[in-house]
Amino acid sequence: MTPTIRVQATAFDLAAESALLTAGRVDIGGLASFIGLCRADDGLEALVLEHYPGMTERALLKIAAEACARWPLTGCTLLHRVGRIIPGEPIVLVLTASAHRLAALESCAFLIDWLKTEAPFWKREEFATGEARWVDAKDSDDAAAARWARGG
Amino acid sequence: MQLLYFAWVRQKVGLAEEQVSPPENVRDVAGLIEWLIARSPGHAAAFANPKQIRAAVNQDFCLFDHPVAAGDEVAFFPPVTGG
Repeated sequence: MTPTIRVQATAFDLAAESALLTAGRVDIGGLASFIGLCRADDGLEALVLEHYPGMTERALLKIAAEACARWPLTGCTLLHRVGRIIPGEPIVLVLTASAHRLAALESCAFLIDWLKTEAPFWKREEFATGEARWVDAKDSDDAAAARWARGG
Repeated sequence: MQLLYFAWVRQKVGLAEEQVSPPENVRDVAGLIEWLIARSPGHAAAFANPKQIRAAVNQDFCLFDHPVAAGDEVAFFPPVTGG
């Protein structure tokens, strides 16, 4: 199974991505998905997402490969947007398919937790006031990723 | 050696990338940072608090004791905030 990895400026369509994983197959018992959305915290007008072309794709493939090693997946899709994203719009899609729900659900949670700490993306917040600031990494994200440590 | 900077590190340095040839005594990421700090006030500002900096050598995250050599691609950036 080859994971689908994409970094793109445009929005994505969950139904279309789901159909790509299930088309022509009768061995999939469950699809799990996570979509991260842009919130309008504190008068936020837009998020501007920057990434490290080349390393990003490499990092996402490593994260997907780790999920495939841990769970019996029949499909795995990681899409992440870059550029300017306004509140209400999607930022990231994680989609997993497996014969059984637990593998799909757990791997989906693992993938978004790891993506947040292991993929080279950076968010800048732009406010209606004209002010802009880089988002700081959160300890809670490190803790979420750490709970998937082997033997933990 | 190709250097890349991202997010506020790029803004503080004032460059997205640069080609450098550090002296032979620069052997690891920590040594490279020390050498870069002397390069310009922008570099000095970007690397003023190395605890806020993360690095990658040849597109893999690494610690500051990771070796660097001519021909490497070395990137500096803040802790990642995607997802």
